[in-house]
Amino acid sequence: MKIQLLFFGITTDLVGESSMSYEVPENSSIEALKLKLIAQFASLKNINDFAIAVNESYAKDHQLLLNNDVVAIIPPVSGG
Amino acid sequence: MENRTSVKITDEPLSQQDCYNFVQDASCGGIVEFVGTVRNATQNKEVILLDFSAYEPMALKEMQKIANLALDKFDVHKIAIHHAVGPLKIGDIPVIISVSSAHRKAAFEACEYCIDTLKETVPIWKKEHFKDGEVWVNAHP
Repeated sequence: MKIQLLFFGITTDLVGESSMSYEVPENSSIEALKLKLIAQFASLKNINDFAIAVNESYAKDHQLLLNNDVVAIIPPVSGG
Repeated sequence: MENRTSVKITDEPLSQQDCYNFVQDASCGGIVEFVGTVRNATQNKEVILLDFSAYEPMALKEMQKIANLALDKFDVHKIAIHHAVGPLKIGDIPVIISVSSAHRKAAFEACEYCIDTLKETVPIWKKEHFKDGEVWVNAHP
């Protein structure tokens, strides 16, 4: 199934993209997605320190992804 | 019901007057306002500008959550949380939080809660630009 990945802050620089369409197996968890991303993008080795949002809400590692989910990689925020 | 919160992300200059006007109310005895300003140095290194970017739809949701929670937690009347994005120069205003209440203590507490929580949870990032380079604040690549 396909999800949309969004990158913000430093991860935009690390990956060289701000968004991409991404193929993951059915019933993938966030945890599985992180492993897949680390394997593909060596620069995301610290992704476990980053938060993940699914469809604009923070998500936990065990959450399962659905087709067409919008998944954002959220490095440490620094607003204010 | 009257809308008691105002949240906004904009690439225009923020307006303290807009925030004040939103929260001001005859039932209130005071208004507490936090204004963030761009500092000219970080760890003794001169900063030229800060470039703010946001995951805007989610940032607005998180800011709204903070405002709603603060209304629940503290005895305050109205809350405005406005954040700017884009390149900001020294002295420019990236964030304003205004809170009105009948009695001042609740407004001080709610204002501090809002800015502290915003800095922890709202997906906004700043990149510091120096004479000799730039760095994402808080990032741990």
